[in-house]
Amino acid sequence: MGRSVKKGPYVDMKLLAKVEKQEQTKKREPIKTWSRDCTIVPDFVGHTFLVHNGKQFIKVFITEDMVGHKLGEFSPTRIFKGHSGGKGKK
Amino acid sequence: MPRILGVDIPNDKPTHIALRYLYGIGPTLALKLCEQANIDPQRRAKELADDEIARLANILERDQYTVEGQLRRQVQQNIARLKDIGCYRGLRHRRGLPVRGQRTRTNARTRKGPRKTVAGKKGVKELRG
Repeated sequence: MGRSVKKGPYVDMKLLAKVEKQEQTKKREPIKTWSRDCTIVPDFVGHTFLVHNGKQFIKVFITEDMVGHKLGEFSPTRIFKGHSGGKGKK
Repeated sequence: MPRILGVDIPNDKPTHIALRYLYGIGPTLALKLCEQANIDPQRRAKELADDEIARLANILERDQYTVEGQLRRQVQQNIARLKDIGCYRGLRHRRGLPVRGQRTRTNARTRKGPRKTVAGKKGVKELRG
């Protein structure tokens, strides 16, 4: 079920504050974050985030198309390296 | 056989069902179209007069319904966008795996296609040798 419209999108306020601070100082450094559940709002466009995937921080540069998605969608938590014995056909 | 919006030739089924042969027209829209064009939905499609077909096509055009090629393109574009931005759903589309969190240990055959049996995998009947 979708989120109630009344509440608006969920945005991590601390993260948004950091973005706004960067916006003013014109300094564009990647922002380290754990809040994978934070919705990407238009203010984020052009910033870079380091989104935690449980182990590492994945660099995510926000483009306009990404607005409305969550940060976590761009930082995969599972790495599939293929099945054992695969490929090597005798 | 009547033909609406170019290539589509619905057969001799009731009009509201024949209309559903167009991509993007489902049960609801089909009935709504019949109502708006003043056509009995139960009449066979082959009995439709030319002007009645024109009326149907007209309504589709006027109310900006996305159907057929246009709709197909839109769907493809949406998927291409997901792939392009590199989000999780896009990755699943690229790999041809289910996109909405379904299990893949079993099932998921619609997305994965026919089974590819792996020799030496547990549970496969080659245990007998």
